[in-house]
Amino acid sequence: MTNRIVDHPVLGKLEERQKVQFEFDGKTYEGYENDTIASALLAHGIRTLRKHEESGNPRGIYCNIGHCFECRVTVNGETNVRACLTPIKANMIVESGQVQPHPLNPSQEGDIPKTYAEYLEQEGRG
Amino acid sequence: MQIYDVVIIGAGPAGLAAAIQCRENNLDVVVLDEFPRAGGRLLGQLHQEPNGQWWNGIEESKALLERAESLETDIQLGVSVHHIEKLDDQFVIHTKKKYFHTRNVLIATGAAESPAPIPGWTLPGVMSIGAAQVMTNVHRVKVGEKGIIVGVNVLSAAIARELQLAGIELHSMALPTRNVVVDEQSDPRLVMDRLSRIAHLAPSKFIQLGSKFAKYKFVQSLALKYYPTNGIKMWGMPIYLNKAIKQINGTDKVESVTMVDVTINGDIVENSEKEIPVDFVCIAGGLYPLAELAAVVGCPFIYSEELGGHIPIHNETMETPVKGIYVAGNITGIESSKVAREQGKVAGLAIAHKELNSIDIEEKLQAAVRNVVATRDAASIQFHPGISEGRKKVSTAFQETMKTQKELELVR
Ligand SMILES: Cc1cc2nc3c(=O)[nH]c(=O)nc-3n(C[C@H](O)[C@H](O)[C@H](O)COP(=O)(O)OP(=O)(O)OC[C@H]3O[C@@H](n4cnc5c(N)ncnc54)[C@H](O)[C@@H]3O)c2cc1C
Ligand code: FES
Repeated sequence: MTNRIVDHPVLGKLEERQKVQFEFDGKTYEGYENDTIASALLAHGIRTLRKHEESGNPRGIYCNIGHCFECRVTVNGETNVRACLTPIKANMIVESGQVQPHPLNPSQEGDIPKTYAEYLEQEGRG
Repeated sequence: MQIYDVVIIGAGPAGLAAAIQCRENNLDVVVLDEFPRAGGRLLGQLHQEPNGQWWNGIEESKALLERAESLETDIQLGVSVHHIEKLDDQFVIHTKKKYFHTRNVLIATGAAESPAPIPGWTLPGVMSIGAAQVMTNVHRVKVGEKGIIVGVNVLSAAIARELQLAGIELHSMALPTRNVVVDEQSDPRLVMDRLSRIAHLAPSKFIQLGSKFAKYKFVQSLALKYYPTNGIKMWGMPIYLNKAIKQINGTDKVESVTMVDVTINGDIVENSEKEIPVDFVCIAGGLYPLAELAAVVGCPFIYSEELGGHIPIHNETMETPVKGIYVAGNITGIESSKVAREQGKVAGLAIAHKELNSIDIEEKLQAAVRNVVATRDAASIQFHPGISEGRKKVSTAFQETMKTQKELELVR
């Protein structure tokens, strides 16, 4: 991993840390204990964490401290998890955010309910 | 059900310093923070003090954390607080995982960065200046090979130096071109004025930049007019107040920026566009107090430009007009972490005093209040000129609010 700052003139040498393997979009990556998902991926040169739900434009971290929600990913099935705040864990499965069906565009509407009646029907309460 | 004496939101210098005081007085305390490490924004800080010593945020955080741990402080990380509910005699802190019931709350959530959007800013590789600081000094991961900083202020100057220390190449620092959002950051006169007003505070390397501008203090417009084409250099990197970034380019990630010349009024000079290849861009729009939680629990606010934005009204012992709610650190105004730490101490002692009502604590509290002022006066970093005036405004607002509250009670 070449993107690590190993020697630092003031902060000193990067200490040895436990290696941790996790998965991102089906591929296995190695990071270190105390890495966040965002830092571990950036160390591998990966900047894109999601696609914009509607436009599909690529997005990565912006604030890196939990304020902007630009870095949201799916972690072990849980959606909208902030990659910059979440430490990697062994065997964690991380998926990038993808384009979502658009409720107002007939060609991509998928199964998102368009009316409250449809919503109730889908919930089995219609 | 456990009812805490105090829940502290934020494990930055303010929250940790408060927790230490509360634990020294044996209160039931829990500290909550959503970041995976304790220390808050102090963790990323690394600057050289006027005496040449390094202010190493990792070490400073460690010292606070070790002291708190030696007092068996319950610190829960990775916990986001999204609501504070006020009941008759207690507060309920809402987090994703559970609720915490408490008699007192200290909100020490710190600051956030103001966005300074320019076209192309959503491309991967564009980040706030603070993001780069945390990636570099806390996670020790390079944000890129070669970048540029958009926005010239005291924080971006400090962090530019930190990136250089970590071996990351910077093309330069420049302004954003003017749009409705970045109006202030794009005005060369305003930027120059702010820089020169902080210069006298620290004849240190850190603000070498500022002192260079200070030479031109009386002739700032002239200085801008004859601003060197190659910029003023700080640690070998040019700072341009006569060039601005108009746009960030790339398909899937940052590939370059478009730089233009600007006049002393910030107007774009025609046909001056130049494309500069970079793989990352840091945007620096300044800091503002992160105060939503104080708003949802009903604290009244006052706007203070000097303190960086909307401030929950509080007095010198960090109480708000909502009994039991305290604030400390950058939520009360943008200042250095040393000031935040001293404010945290005051808040911790104020809560201990409320719960235990002892003369001994009261004396310590008064000393701590004096210490905040002394620390502020000695600070080598000030984010805004006129902090003391801002503080006066807030304490006047507190007195007025309390007076009105009393009058209302009398009417009832
Ligand atoms: C990006 C950035 C960079 C900075 N760099 C410098 C610098 O180089 N030099 C300098 O002097 N000052 C810097 N500052 C100013 C900094 O705010 C102060 O120096 C100091 O750290 C403030 O201390 P604090 O305890 O008030 O807040 P912080 O240190 O910001 O700590 C607040 C803590 O609260 C947590 N938090 C916030 N909201 C919630 C919530 N809803 N739920 C749970 N936890 C929450 C945060 O995760 C954070 O850990 C920076 C500020 C920012 C935002
Ligand atoms: S990058 Fe802003 S919340 Fe993660």
